[in-house]
Amino acid sequence: MQRLVSLITGSLFGIGLYISQMTDTLKVQGWLNIFGGWDPTLTFVMGGAIIPMFFAWRLVKKQNKTFLGNNINLQSRKNIGTPLIVGSILFGIGWGLAGLCPGPAIASLSFNGVNGFIFLISMLVGIWIVSKLSRLKYLET
Amino acid sequence: MGASGILGNFLAETGKKQFLSNTTIFLFGLFFAPSLLSQVDFVSTSISPQTKLTENVLVIILAGLAVGVGTKMAGGCTSGHGVCGLSRLSVRSILATIVFVLAGILTVSTLKYWLGVI
Repeated sequence: MQRLVSLITGSLFGIGLYISQMTDTLKVQGWLNIFGGWDPTLTFVMGGAIIPMFFAWRLVKKQNKTFLGNNINLQSRKNIGTPLIVGSILFGIGWGLAGLCPGPAIASLSFNGVNGFIFLISMLVGIWIVSKLSRLKYLET
Repeated sequence: MGASGILGNFLAETGKKQFLSNTTIFLFGLFFAPSLLSQVDFVSTSISPQTKLTENVLVIILAGLAVGVGTKMAGGCTSGHGVCGLSRLSVRSILATIVFVLAGILTVSTLKYWLGVI
C-alpha cells in the first residue's frame, strides 16, 4: 500500500512538473529574467502548489503523522546561519545557469538527453560531497 | 521533504539492502510518469518534450554541482523550501526562497541576457 502511494505521489508530482512546464529550462530561465521580457507564468505554479499544501499542513499538524502512518520528520530547525544563506545562493546560481532544480531534473530525464544525466550526476555528487563534509558539523544547517 | 530531500534519502539508502524502498518508487514515478506523458501529444503543442538545456557541458556540470551542494547546505530546494516550507510559513524557508530566487535572477540576467555567455 505504501509503495502504491509512493508511486502515485511521485507520478503526480512528475506529471504536475511536466504539465506546468517546470521541466522547460528556457521557461524557468524566462521566469528568472525579470529585467528583460519577463515570463511571469511560473509564479502560478509555485503559488498554486502552496495553496493545497497550506491546507494539507493544517490537516496533518494535529496528528504528526502522514495518512500512511509515517512520522513526519519536521526538525523545526530555527537557526538561520551561513549554510542556509550560502547554500541558497549556490542553489540559485545553479538553478539559473541550467534552468533545472532537483524535481524537474528527474522529471525531464527522458527527454533531456545525455546532458540531463550529466546534470543529475553532478547534482548527486554535490549532495554527496556535502553529506560527507557535514560530519565536520558546520557545512549543513 | 522536497525533491532534494528525497534524493538525499535515496543516496543515504544506497548500500542498505532495502528492495524497492518508498523513496526509490517515488523517484521512479517522478521520472516515469512524465516520460510516458511526453510521448503523447495531447491538447497543446506548447509543452514540448524537446530538450532546451544548454549544450555547454561545463555549464551543466557547474550548475549541477551548485544545485547539489546548495540544496544540501540550505536543507531544501524549490519544492522543499519553496512549496513545503512557504506553505507552513517557515522563516528559514521564506528566507531561503527569497535568496535563491534572487540569486537565480541575478545569474540569468547577467550571464544569459546581458552577457549572453550561457
